[in-house]
Amino acid sequence: MFDVLSLARFQYAATTIFHFFFVPLSIGLVLIISIMETMYVVKKNEIYKKMAQFWGKFFLINFAIGVVTGILQEFQFGMNWSEYSRFMGDVFGAPLAIEALLAFFMESTFIGIWLFGWDRLSKGAHLACIWLVTAGTTLSALWILTANSFMRHPVGFQINNGRAEMNDFFALLTNPQLWVEFPHTIFGSFATGGFVVAGISAIALLKKRQVSFYLKSFKLAIIVGVISSLGIAFSGHAQAQYLVQTQPMKMAAAEGLWKDSGSPAAWTVIASIDTKNHKNNQEMKIPYLLDFLSYGTFSGNVEGMETLQKEYVAKYGKGDYIPPVKTTFWSFRVMSGFGGLLCVIGLVGVFLLWKKKLQDSKWFLRIMVASIAFPFIGSTSGWLMTEIGRQPWTVFGFMQTAASVSPNVTAGQLLFSIIAFITMYSILAVVMIYLFVRTFKEGPSLNAKKDVSSNDPFDGEAYHVVTE
Amino acid sequence: MLLNELWFLLIAVLFIGFFFLEGYDFGVGMATRFVARNETERRMLINTIGPFWDANEVWMITAGGAMFAAFPNWYATLFSGFYVPLVFLLLLLIARGTAFEYRAKVDHPKWSGTWDWAIFIASLLCPFLWGVVFSTLVYGLPIDKNMNMHATFTSIVHPYSVLGGILITLLCLYHGLMFLCLRTTDELQLRARALAKKVFWILAVAALAFIIVTYFVTDLFAKRGALLYPIYGLDVIVLILSVVFLSKKRDGWAFGMNAGVILLTVASLFVGLFPRLMISSVTPAYNLTVYNSASGSYSLTVMTIVAVTLLPFVLGYSIWSYYVFRKRVTKDHHLEY
Repeated sequence: MFDVLSLARFQYAATTIFHFFFVPLSIGLVLIISIMETMYVVKKNEIYKKMAQFWGKFFLINFAIGVVTGILQEFQFGMNWSEYSRFMGDVFGAPLAIEALLAFFMESTFIGIWLFGWDRLSKGAHLACIWLVTAGTTLSALWILTANSFMRHPVGFQINNGRAEMNDFFALLTNPQLWVEFPHTIFGSFATGGFVVAGISAIALLKKRQVSFYLKSFKLAIIVGVISSLGIAFSGHAQAQYLVQTQPMKMAAAEGLWKDSGSPAAWTVIASIDTKNHKNNQEMKIPYLLDFLSYGTFSGNVEGMETLQKEYVAKYGKGDYIPPVKTTFWSFRVMSGFGGLLCVIGLVGVFLLWKKKLQDSKWFLRIMVASIAFPFIGSTSGWLMTEIGRQPWTVFGFMQTAASVSPNVTAGQLLFSIIAFITMYSILAVVMIYLFVRTFKEGPSLNAKKDVSSNDPFDGEAYHVVTE
Repeated sequence: MLLNELWFLLIAVLFIGFFFLEGYDFGVGMATRFVARNETERRMLINTIGPFWDANEVWMITAGGAMFAAFPNWYATLFSGFYVPLVFLLLLLIARGTAFEYRAKVDHPKWSGTWDWAIFIASLLCPFLWGVVFSTLVYGLPIDKNMNMHATFTSIVHPYSVLGGILITLLCLYHGLMFLCLRTTDELQLRARALAKKVFWILAVAALAFIIVTYFVTDLFAKRGALLYPIYGLDVIVLILSVVFLSKKRDGWAFGMNAGVILLTVASLFVGLFPRLMISSVTPAYNLTVYNSASGSYSLTVMTIVAVTLLPFVLGYSIWSYYVFRKRVTKDHHLEY
């Protein structure tokens, strides 16, 4: 339990999961803010500027933590995974360096100009800044996922001088894994932004606070949310099919498939998994569905974990190549479940907006508030599924996790760093949530002349706005 | 083989950029306790670096990324070997970055006061830690034949490394004060200039002590004396020039001269190291060098093309951001942080 490997893995998982609460929200929020500011510039309506500024506050609170926890991510490869860094650095380091050079400089410079430059730049130049931040965050995702896809589906290198050496940079960039993984992650991030803005707006709509402002925000956010959640579903399906080809063990574990399925293959909805005896007690299955999920057809055999274990032993030598099945299986279901929920909620939201029934549908607004959490649950379980499902490998087929860890870092040092980081991160989380709530309570500072939040003269809120 | 040397140079450039840029924002962070006399003034100081500090930090992140890509063994040895100091550095950087963004989010003296202490402490200790790390790099570290560094407390913290830490910290403070001369007016500017003149003397003593001790405890002069004598000679000259310009209220020139001090000081360490990346105190055979620690030539070529293509853009928009915020921060200024 307290051995160096487990501790290093725990620290990596904990800090990465924490970091990835902030990353997708930053990417999603900055896109929405860019759209808002574009509407301000195009329509010349001040309310869109207020929207960009108000949601910009949330963005900055969130972005700050994303940035600072990101530094740790870069250091951690060397600190805790030095053997990995030595062996894979030639290939893996390049996308990280490019990410810093191309994306980090861009986002950090232009967010500074955007934040401090409202009065100093022309409208067009200021707008360009926020779009460059959007481009920066998206490019950052692209490069870090280039590195991550290499771990899942290593391409563009050869083993030379006892380590991996890059021999085809374009193979890294055109890695098919990247192009199923990147859309999935980026749509997930956009959806996170969409559902957070829509959810927070829903709270205000429930309280009938500054209705026109939040209704406009909600509209925009739910459209971003619904498009992205459909995008998540399609890209997720494409990714699953690709995984069956390239990392069949991960998919077999995610499906709880011990033995070959035979044709046609049924899909296990839920199961009570017995990892010791390699079987599932009490399964619920849907016929044909696994074939559709794996191949897009309704026939064909899908290999089970036992078959794959034998194949891998023959190929890579003795060892246990089956990942933690229960975690992979359940996190896959949680991810897809919440992803599906987002699609449904998003579609219902758009429908209610279209029918102009949104404000009266209190039940739905309450669901929207709860759905703030859904994209976070979805992406966390998605990463758990894919990273745990890759075990025992760090780089599939070439390097195992146990061989990747730093040999010169002690368990004591790791315990110290884990406690230090968790303490620090807990403080950050509390402060950040406090500031989110506070920013929401303060509300957008609307100018009374330009905003009519309610036509009802007896509405307390309208009175409040006019007297401001 | 030329690529290995080129990447050594590029990483040196990135670290020089980091100390030059983040150096002044570390210095301004320290100056909040020495130059500002009340909450408003402290706030104004912090806002002088408001639009810049985050991009400045990216120089460090890029240097780290470039080490990873170009010299994976250097990255692996250094980051795992300096585990505990880096944990502290990370905690400080995390606190500092959050503090800038959050200090003005709640209008309450205790709130901003707490964050301001975080800014001060982190701005003081981060350059100190970097100074310690760089001076131990040239001093030598217990690195074994597998390139793994097994550092104890005393192999990282010793008189020479502490002196290096103090030097870098003072250099950043001096640098930050000059930056403030350029970015503030009236009282604040006068105070920053006055303090800079005082810091100069301490800095000069520390710098001379560092150069002398370096001569005796490291092999830098023995290996690269031909370059180091002129570098340090020039270093002393520009340092003196910086204070001369400062007394003549030519703040821009003073800042420029001190940029030279930073460039030459950091460069001297890289020059002394070359072609080594880390010096093993066990035996020179275990040294990490630009040859035994580097990525393959394909990877280095790709990275060179990428860097040469992207760096001009980065420099271009960075300079533009300084142009946008060229006005000094005054009391009637809108303060974001």
